[in-house]
Amino acid sequence: MTEKAANALELSDLSVAYRVGGRNRAVLRNLNLAIGQGEAYGLVGESGCGKSTVALSVVRYLPRNGSITGGAISLDGQDVMKLDGEALRRARAESVSMVYQDPGKALNPSLRIGRQLTEIFELGGVMGEAAAERAIAMLNRVRISDPSSVMQRYPHQLSGGMQQRVAIAMALANDPTMLILDEPTTGLDATVEAEVLDLIALLRQELSASILFISHNLAVVSKMCDRVGVLYAGMLVEEGSTQDVFNDPRHPYTVALLRCLPRGGQRKDQGRLDTIPGFLPGIGADIKGCAFADRCALATDRCRSELPPLYDLGGRLSRCHYHEQAQALPRATPSDVAAAPKAKSEPVLHVEGLNKTYASHGHALRAVKDVSVSLRPGETLGLVGESGSGKTTFARLLLGLVPPDDGGSIRLEGKALAPRLESRTDDQIKAMQIVFQNPDSALNRSHSIRHLISRALKRLAGLRGAALQARLDELVRSVRLTDRHLAVKPRQLSGGLKQRVAIARAFAGEPRIVVCDEPTSALDVSVQAAILNLLADLQSKEDVSYIFISHDLGVVRYLSDQIAVLYLGRIMELGPSEAVFSGPHHPYTEALLSAVPKLDQTETARIRLDGEIPSATHPPPGCVFQTRCPRKIGAICETQEPPLAEAEPGHSIRCHIPYAELARLQKPAMQAEPARRSAKGDRSAGLNPPC
Amino acid sequence: MVFLGGQVLPGNVGRAILGPFADQRAVDTLNHTLGVDRPLLTQYASWIWNFLQGDMGTSYIFRSPVAPFVIDALGNSMKLAAVAFVLVVPIGILGGVIAALNLNRPLDRIISLGGLSVTVLPEFVTGIILILIFGVWLRWLPISAAWPRDAGFFTQLYYLILPSLPLFLVLFGYIARMARSGMIEALDSDYTRTAVLKGLPWRTVIWRHVLRNALLPTITVIATQTGYLIGGLVVIETLFRYQGIGSLIFTAARGKDFPILEAGILTIGIVYAVATLAADFLYSVLNPRIRLGTDQ
Repeated sequence: MTEKAANALELSDLSVAYRVGGRNRAVLRNLNLAIGQGEAYGLVGESGCGKSTVALSVVRYLPRNGSITGGAISLDGQDVMKLDGEALRRARAESVSMVYQDPGKALNPSLRIGRQLTEIFELGGVMGEAAAERAIAMLNRVRISDPSSVMQRYPHQLSGGMQQRVAIAMALANDPTMLILDEPTTGLDATVEAEVLDLIALLRQELSASILFISHNLAVVSKMCDRVGVLYAGMLVEEGSTQDVFNDPRHPYTVALLRCLPRGGQRKDQGRLDTIPGFLPGIGADIKGCAFADRCALATDRCRSELPPLYDLGGRLSRCHYHEQAQALPRATPSDVAAAPKAKSEPVLHVEGLNKTYASHGHALRAVKDVSVSLRPGETLGLVGESGSGKTTFARLLLGLVPPDDGGSIRLEGKALAPRLESRTDDQIKAMQIVFQNPDSALNRSHSIRHLISRALKRLAGLRGAALQARLDELVRSVRLTDRHLAVKPRQLSGGLKQRVAIARAFAGEPRIVVCDEPTSALDVSVQAAILNLLADLQSKEDVSYIFISHDLGVVRYLSDQIAVLYLGRIMELGPSEAVFSGPHHPYTEALLSAVPKLDQTETARIRLDGEIPSATHPPPGCVFQTRCPRKIGAICETQEPPLAEAEPGHSIRCHIPYAELARLQKPAMQAEPARRSAKGDRSAGLNPPC
Repeated sequence: MVFLGGQVLPGNVGRAILGPFADQRAVDTLNHTLGVDRPLLTQYASWIWNFLQGDMGTSYIFRSPVAPFVIDALGNSMKLAAVAFVLVVPIGILGGVIAALNLNRPLDRIISLGGLSVTVLPEFVTGIILILIFGVWLRWLPISAAWPRDAGFFTQLYYLILPSLPLFLVLFGYIARMARSGMIEALDSDYTRTAVLKGLPWRTVIWRHVLRNALLPTITVIATQTGYLIGGLVVIETLFRYQGIGSLIFTAARGKDFPILEAGILTIGIVYAVATLAADFLYSVLNPRIRLGTDQ
């Protein structure tokens, strides 16, 4: 065994540039960081700040136009930059591994899992049966049940969570000294994410690998890492222990990022989220002084002219001249909100007994089963559940994109809606609109923004000429776009601006209901905060109702008045947002909530859900959740499907366990939360757990 | 479609066969014997019905069954296609792969640009140039594809090289371009990154991880081109006096010999369909996502 270097990874003055338009544009600027042996280091920041570039530089796999323009990378004492082809290959084979986002793409679609694993052992000279045995052992290690059958499968036959486990198994197969995880759980369901994170935490104890954990999700990083670095415009702006950085940030950027998250059960009527004004400097931007100065309310002339050094604050670093004042950063968006108490009015939407059955290879797939909800004007119904729970199908049924089974009814403002879009009246169509997750694919890229919004106004509102122009101006202002944006094409806008265009389009016909299907999932937290504020503002102004689908429970909680928790197409719990979140709740809701990583690391024991969500073609008998339920009480759960019974006024739960009993069972967890809040005190005001 | 076209186009079959000076009564009688004076739909139905039973009808000109003509010609065309296919597929794919591995370097430029420029030249241009170079100037290869009677396999092959070269040139650029873009996509993919970061040797990465995924789309393209290789060679076959199905159709069209024309075109249609089917089949065998798509 060779002697180990002090640091598993050391970047000194690393600069990386991408060649765009014939010019080298700096992406990383003199980056210094060191990760000790066995340490887990988190790197956070918004997209475009260079996080992934760090990872790719370490493994020397930069895109074709990327090059390391200065500095050194030392991996376990070895200078990565000086390695020749063969030595680099050996380093990759032996000492560094990487896992990244989207495991479905990271695995070769045309090779069996077994082949993809055994080839790693074959590199080390272990062949045939022995390699297969090692591969099975590795799959066992990442807690895949029935590994020998998984070995025979192709990647597309595994769920996302399983794929990521396989990818982790591949990364750990050679027992690397350095494991790089680049957004390893982004895009996975909350419950799956929690499982993968648990697995990584567990493996960390078993293996010796140091970890570089890259994520935009601050809570995930805070759960996984000992130390954290905040990256902004390719520079480290703050570094310190996870506890210090997240609970007592010393750089305005960190402070602002943390404030963008809806946390501590914050709701829309308690105030708007804070945002970060302006944009990240583009790559290669000429930065004088502090990179964050243009977006920082504390910035002075000194900040704009003099690049702050990384001030050493005793075991932690901050690149801010005024680090001791960072937390006094004024809000960018006023918190106050004119929330007039709403008069109780008749529901705008009333859904009764809605079912949707698909035929799948001769089996009936009940995508939505017996769903009844109603929604008042100006209220939001949040739909929550893992993928495959029927959220999106339900939204499509409402919009008439797919017809429901016979029997149920959808009533809009008291009038029955035709099941199919084609048989709905124009008024009914424009009354219900949708905002999609990905504005890139939702906007026609060959038209200008003006054309896109005008067209919606013509089609939905029937406006022409001057009236159209007037309404266009008003609409554009209400989604906080400017005239400057109207002339350009969608690709010239950032993700957040594009989503504003999509929202403007949905609002063109003065809808009564807007379905928001994961509208902020593809956006950075600062942009997400701005979009959530916008949605909340539009709602209070126009009295529009939302059906809000998101896997981010903090976001759902912020915007929703009612929550419906779906599992295998059934509503497991339905009630006012506060009641559903604070409990007592359905065991499934309880598990979902406990799966969410929290920023302050004071996590109560997490409730694990065993196995995968069952197939909707063969739902378990009795209660559909019984196969994974941690609170299953016995035979009754396996034979009888519980009714959705009203536990308290307006709050219904589909469970055999009586409400009082649920309250007793979940009591410890519920008591812990308020206690935690008061213990934190005011110093970290606004830094409470996300849910 | 062709059937309808043949019927609608001006020109009287009997007149065409018997010549302008024949007696009108003789023309009518002939038309009646041939059945061309029956209603259109009846003709179509009986023609399809007979075709399905293997009876392709009787040639107007040769007064003998069409089938032997078509089958002979198809056999010849397939020989030519096979030679061109064997030449172009491996070389085209190889060219594309090499280009992709040397992306934006001179070798890539040469292959891509060269392939593209010969592809856009019509085959009668390249055909004539090739005849001039290899047949007339260098005298290496026979300028006609019509080999002597009782020629053995290698002699036939020898005669087929020159006619297949223009086809090679037309298809090379196409196949190379598909293979190149498939390779580029596969090389940029996350799974290739995974394979490289596993520390696999470059060779293994390419052979095991990149090639198979990269060449899937190319297979479909090649199969559709097989149809062209067999059916679309009117120009080449005429140029090289080759008795293939293209020249058969061409002759039939000139002589208004509709049974041959129709049977020939339908045969080409069938060849196209079979080739496409074979491609889909091959694709599904190579692509586990389709192969196993139904048994999840």
